[in-house]
Parts: sequence; C-alpha cells; structure tokens
Amino acid sequence: MSGAMLYGFCSTVLVGLGLYGLIVHPELLRKILAFNLVGGGVFLLFGVIARRGAAIGFGGDPVPQALVITGLVVAFAATALAVALLLRLFQETGRAILQSDKLTDAPSDNSQP
Amino acid sequence: MAFDAGLAVLVLGVASWTIAARDTFAAVVGFVAYGLLLALIWVRLAAPDVALTEAAIGSGLTGGLLLGASTRLRRTESLAVGEKPAAALRAATIGLCILVSAGLAAIILLLPEPAPTLAALAAANLVATGLGNPVTAVLMAYRAIDTLLEVVVLLLSLLGVWSLTPDHLWGSLPSPHYRADSYETVTFVTQLLAPIGILVGIHIFWIGSVAPGGEFQGATILAAMWILTMLSGLVDAPAVNRRWLRLLLIIGPVVFAAIGLAGFAMAGAFLAYPTNHAKLLILIIEVPVTLSVAAMLTLLVAGPPERSSHR
Amino acid sequence: MTNSTTAGGFLLVLAIVLPVVGVLLSLALGGRQAQRVAFVVMPFELAVAVAIAARIWRTHEMLQYSVGGWIPPLGVAFRADGLSAVMIVTSALLICGIGLFARTQFAAPRGAETRAPLMFWTLLLAVWGALNVVFIGGDLFNLYVALELLTFAAVPLVSLDGRAETLAAAFRYLLFALLGSILYLLGAVLLYGAYGTLDIVLLSGRIHAQPVTWAAISLMTAGLLAKAALYPFHLWLPPAHAGAPAPASALLSGLVVKAPFFLVVRLWFDVMPGMPERAAAQVLGILGATAIIFGSVVALRQARLKLLIAYSTVAQIGYLFLMFPLAIRPEAGHPWSTAAWTGGILQAVSHAFAKAAMFMAAGLIAEALGHDRIAGLSGIGRALPITVFAFGLGGLSLMGLPPSGGFVAKAMLLTGAVAEGQWWWALVVLAGGLLAGGYVFLVLLRALGDPIEPLRLITSVSRGRQALVAAVALCAVLLGFVPLRPSEFLQIGRPDTVAVGLR
Repeated sequence: MSGAMLYGFCSTVLVGLGLYGLIVHPELLRKILAFNLVGGGVFLLFGVIARRGAAIGFGGDPVPQALVITGLVVAFAATALAVALLLRLFQETGRAILQSDKLTDAPSDNSQP
Repeated sequence: MAFDAGLAVLVLGVASWTIAARDTFAAVVGFVAYGLLLALIWVRLAAPDVALTEAAIGSGLTGGLLLGASTRLRRTESLAVGEKPAAALRAATIGLCILVSAGLAAIILLLPEPAPTLAALAAANLVATGLGNPVTAVLMAYRAIDTLLEVVVLLLSLLGVWSLTPDHLWGSLPSPHYRADSYETVTFVTQLLAPIGILVGIHIFWIGSVAPGGEFQGATILAAMWILTMLSGLVDAPAVNRRWLRLLLIIGPVVFAAIGLAGFAMAGAFLAYPTNHAKLLILIIEVPVTLSVAAMLTLLVAGPPERSSHR
Repeated sequence: MTNSTTAGGFLLVLAIVLPVVGVLLSLALGGRQAQRVAFVVMPFELAVAVAIAARIWRTHEMLQYSVGGWIPPLGVAFRADGLSAVMIVTSALLICGIGLFARTQFAAPRGAETRAPLMFWTLLLAVWGALNVVFIGGDLFNLYVALELLTFAAVPLVSLDGRAETLAAAFRYLLFALLGSILYLLGAVLLYGAYGTLDIVLLSGRIHAQPVTWAAISLMTAGLLAKAALYPFHLWLPPAHAGAPAPASALLSGLVVKAPFFLVVRLWFDVMPGMPERAAAQVLGILGATAIIFGSVVALRQARLKLLIAYSTVAQIGYLFLMFPLAIRPEAGHPWSTAAWTGGILQAVSHAFAKAAMFMAAGLIAEALGHDRIAGLSGIGRALPITVFAFGLGGLSLMGLPPSGGFVAKAMLLTGAVAEGQWWWALVVLAGGLLAGGYVFLVLLRALGDPIEPLRLITSVSRGRQALVAAVALCAVLLGFVPLRPSEFLQIGRPDTVAVGLR
C-alpha cells in the first residue's frame, strides 16, 4: 500500500499548491485554475482512501470512487459557472480581476430595487 | 514503487508549473497535462472509472473551457501585473500552505490501519442490482439520490451560465459562429472522428454496467464530439430557447425521478428497484441521462448565448 | 436509534422531489410558464412541510427514510427531527411569501420568453429543494452535493440584473462558497478514511477523539463558516446581498445563509455528540461576538439602505454562533435542553422573517424612489407607511425588543450566558441590541422625517405588496409569543443519551 501513501502525500502537496495559487494570483482565471488543483488534491486523497480499502477482490473501495466521480462532475460544473461569470465580468468591465477597494462602497444612485 | 514515485513527482512538477507560469495560456496547457497524468495515477490506484472521468471531464472538458477563456482574456494579462501581491504576502502564503500540506500529511499518517471499507457490503449487494461494476452500482443503486441530485446540479450550473446572457441576446445562440470549410483540417478531422467518437461514447456508456465506464464518461465523449462538430462549423450551436433542446436537457432527470417515484409502487421505496428488473430499470434511466448530460456538458462549454440567429 | 424507514418518511422524499420537478417543468415549458409552475408547486410544498412538522409533533419521533431501500452505511438516509421540521416550515412559509412578493417584479411577459423571470422562478425552486436536502440530509456527502446545489442556485440570483458590481459580487460569493465546499469535502474525506462511513448517525456511534477527528471537524467547520459569512469570512456577503434584487436578497439573507449554520449545528451536536471541547466552542463564540460588534458598527456607517441591511445580516449571524459556547456541555450532555439551544434556533428563524421583511421593504422603497440612499429617505414614511411600519417591525426583532422572536431568542441566550457563568456573552448580546437599535432608528428617523423638498415617487407601490411585507414582518413578531423556556419541539428526535468522548 505504500504506493498509495505516496499519492496521499502528493495529494496534500496539491492542496497546498492550489491554496497558494488561489491566494496569490490576482487574475481570476488563475484562481479558478488553482481551485481546480485543490479539488484534484482532495479527490486524489479520497482515491487513496479508496485504495486503502481494497478488499474482496476489488482493487479499491467502490463507494469513495463513485463519490469522486460525482465530485469531478460537480467541480466541472463549478468551473463552467465561474468561467462564464468571469467572461461576463470582463465584458462589462474590461478587467479580469476583483478590485478589493471597490468592495463596499458602490454608491450608485440607480440601484436596482 | 519507483514508477509511482516518478509519476507523483511529475504530477507535482506540472502542477507547480500551472501555478508558477507567467502566461495564463501556458498555465492552462500545463493543467491539461496535469489532468492526464492524474488519470494515470487513478489507474495506479485501481480506479479505472475515475481515471476515465478525470481524463474526459477533469482534463478534457475543463481544459477546453479554460483554454477558450484564456484566449479571450489574453488582453487582460498586462493589466493584472500591477495587482500582484507583495513579496511579504507571498512568503507568508508559502508558509501557510506548507503548514497546511504538512498538517494534512501528518493526519494521513494517522489514518487507521486496517482501513475501514465498504467494499464487502458493496460486493454482497451487487447481485441484487444485476450489475457487474460496483462503482456503477454505487452510482445508480446504492446512492442513486446523489447521482440524481448531481444531474440537477449540472443543470443548475447551466442555468446559471445562461442567466448571464445580456437581456437583448436572450434566446439566441451560444458560442461564436464557426464556418465550415471543407478543406480545413478541423473539418476533415471532425468528419472522420465524430462518428467513431460517438460509437466509442456509446460503447463506454454501455459497458459501464459490467466494466469500467458508465453514463458520465460516455456522455463526456458524446459531448466532446458535439463540441467538435460545432467548432468545425459542421453543425451550428442550438439556440437556447429551442423546445427540443430544453426537452433533451430535462429528459434524463425526468426519467430518473419518474422511475424513482415508480419505485414506491414497484419496490416500496423511492429509487428502489425490484430485484428481477433492477438492471433493466437502471438501463432505462441511464440512456436518457447520458443524452441529457451530454447536452448539458456541451452547452456548459459553449457558454451563454452571445449572437442572434442569422445566416 | 434504528436506521429503518418510518411511516410518513415518504414526505421527506416529496419535500425534495417537488421543487426539483418544478425546476425541470419550468425549463421545459418555457419561461412564460415558469411563474405558473412555481405558484403550483408552492402550496403543495408548503403542505408537505406542514405535514412533516405535524407528523413529528404528533408522534414525538424523528421521521426517517432510507432512500432506495438501502440502509446506511451503504445507502443514504433522510432524517427529520424537530430542528429540521422548524427549518423546513420556516423556509416554506418564507419562500411562499417571497414568491408572492416577487410576482409583479418578475411577472412573465406576454410574447417571447425573457431571461429574468425564467431564471428567478427556476432558481427560487432550486434553492428551496437544496435547502430541504440540507435540512433532512443524513449523509455528509449528500449534504456536500446539496451545498453545491444551493450555491449554484444562489449565485446567479445575485447577478440577475447583469450590472458590473453584481457580477463582481457574484464571483466573489462563488469563490468563497466553492472554497467552503471543498474544505467541507476534505473534512468529510478524512472522516470516511477514519471511520468508514459518512452517515451522521453511524458516525456518531463510531467517532472518538483523535487528531484525525479534530482535523476533519475543523476543516468542515471552517468551510461552513466561510459559507455562512461569519467574521472574518464575511467579505463576500454585503455586496452580494445588497446587489441582488430585493426578493433574492430576502431569500439569501433569510434562508440561504442559515443552511451552513444548520450544518455546523449538525456537525457539532449530532456527528460528535458530547465531544467538542469548551475551548473550540469559545472560538466560535468569539468570532460570533466580533461579527455582532463589527457588523453593527459598519452598518451604522452605511450610506445605502440595502448595504446597511446586509451588514446587519453579518451582525445577526454572529448571534447564531453564540449558541455554541452556551450549549456545549460535554459532561452533562443534552445540549438541546438548554435555553441557549432554543435561543440560537429561534434567532435563526426570527431573523429569517425579520431580515426578509426588511429587504423586501427596502426593495419597495427603492422601487418607489429610484434609489436607496438613506439620506434621501425623508418623507417616505408618509408615502409608504405600511412599508416603513414593516421595516420597523423587522427592526424590533433585530434589536431584541418585545414582542418579537428576536427578543425571546436573545433573552434565552442571555439566560444561557448567565446560567453558564459566561457573563461576557451577555454583554455582547446587550451591546449588539443597542447597536442594532442605532441603525434601525437611523433609518426610521430619516423615513419618518419631513422632506426638504416634496418627495417625487417614480412608481406607485401597491398596498397589497406592502401588506405582504408587513405580514412577513409580523411572523417575526408572532414568534415573540413562544414561551420563554427550552422548546420541547426542538428536542424531538434528539438522542436521549450522549456518549462521552474518550479523552
């Protein structure tokens, strides 16, 4: 099983890498990329746990494997929504970053009801 | 063991490239490579179903989506340079992330040995489902509610993408218009590849009941073929208010929910299958779900409507 | 506690399937029918919610359902106890109210389908379904899928009007929500690795104190706190809730933000009964207290009404987390028999009604005036009296003045604080009430004042809509007649004995 543990450590490094990219990159597309890395790390960890649960002739515990498949599809859906939001934001503002200084003020008079 | 070590190092290297690359386009290319290598890891972890899904959805479709986005956002690269965080913040973040990774690694080492597993339970109940692939059994029988909700989640994200359409463009076609030019390589490759791809997709979906595969993997390949034909201009993107498109999108979850509700009468519970007909019912659910999911995936990559119908 | 299906468990399935079918029908029939589909689903779903609560009240037992006939750990179970029932009925009532309120704003147009009505009604139903899964889900991964469903339904509601600020707010919301979900999933993965199941009841039997458990619960709690916008993870909430259209803001502040709080309660009291350390609970309490003070103070400084109300949400969420240090009693067990438990849940429910009413009132005011600047509100009290009255009623609950649900909730929290000898929380509750009074009166005084120049209304607001808002606010007030002692209903379905964690 030590091969599986190796991938377990790989998954923890992926989570750390993704977290770094998520925090440090100002470009939103890079944030989305980094977030996918974190997700990949978490799913990989789940896969390692599945491998550790190999029994009855199965190579791995099928329940976590199935849950990872569900998770992968949900992660794609999240990425698609995030990318669409980002592209629309770019269309409206011409920039692809979140400006932190404009966070709370927005004193527009024509606020929607 | 050496192979595993090498593969792990390679994956981490490519992942680091994805984070560290200056150019976003290069980072996305790295991400696609990372996804394919990750699929290899899944094979090494004895999870071929997951490997198929990772390669198809995680690397293929996600990569395609991100590549398209990075091309459109090329102009913003220079604008973001001024917003990069200071070196102190970077150093602090590196420290935080090392802490997180190390902490997680320590926790993993503390996981109990022998590992608790549901494999035995899954195997014992496999006969009742009539399936040969335990992962499909989990997805379509034991935890079918998760799969039903997941399809709804996919549909919701598509709705969310569509909600971003400017009002005046509502009801129109997603994605730019590609013209079919019969001498273009893309057109040629598509005309060659699409029929084969569709057959492969159907096969992978079909075989999922007894071997690695299943509806999501098959649906992804079908979606990829549809996207390919749209990219080459052979087929135009459907307008989002077409009735047939809407019906295609919902037929999967509707059949899923309907058979689930019929389970009250047939087998005494929601999403329960009578033992003799379990495999047949699962198949009846899987066919429309595969088609619906393929449509959802295609439209998610195509994006919100952006041009009015014209010719 | 057995894992079998109880009679009436099918109601739990209906509570989820009805809204989902509604979403599918809306999409298929086309945007003009979406509103009609929603209005058909609403009464049936409300009936199901009331039936669930009635059944639980009658039998004094939890409702359970093993989906597909597969029992955990292999299958997924739905479970509804008193706590679930209260939240299900609250969301049903409030969503019906929001739907009626939004009827004209998102009315289906004649002619071709348009984007906003289709999206609003479909997303409303989707949020409803997702909330119900959160309230009755008995499996941690099922709850993860429910959280994602909730996020994907809520985020597009923020950017429904398509302006640049709301798009940015929606993106920030999405980022925080996704980060929260993945942290939650990471914790769940660790729990599966350690105990081999994700079912809440089975976990509570197998779980014991060890580093893996602490790490898992910390990760899941951190993720849920980010989704609940507890300080310091609150950054995304004010622009998102202020930028959304008024009915959506009511939904988001009233219900959507309560779902992660509900899951923290499930985690701490159901997955790990009797285990959480006092110190950990104090951390949650400190964050809650900071949220109350910070949110209220920043609310006082806002120039726009909707932002003021959004910051008020940040503050009121803090009250919810005061429940943890006051209800945790690992040695004695039975946290649900404490005043603080009832106080916390009551705070969630009364805040839902009060805040929704305030957002809807702000929406009506903004419709009438064309803006929501607080400085320009003078004279609106005469133009829209019922609306301002409703706003005031909601403010009553926020301040914690009788009669209101907020008063009972805060009184229970105060009782708990004094009883536990943790008097510092009492100070925070009182300070929060004072500050809330500050920003509520800020608005009311403006609204009831005389305008410098005559007020020009852009559109007239129907009395029916104003009365509806007042009715929603009245619900928060009616909750004030709940008896001032630990609720018996909230204790239905709770385990009688609590396993003391191994140290």
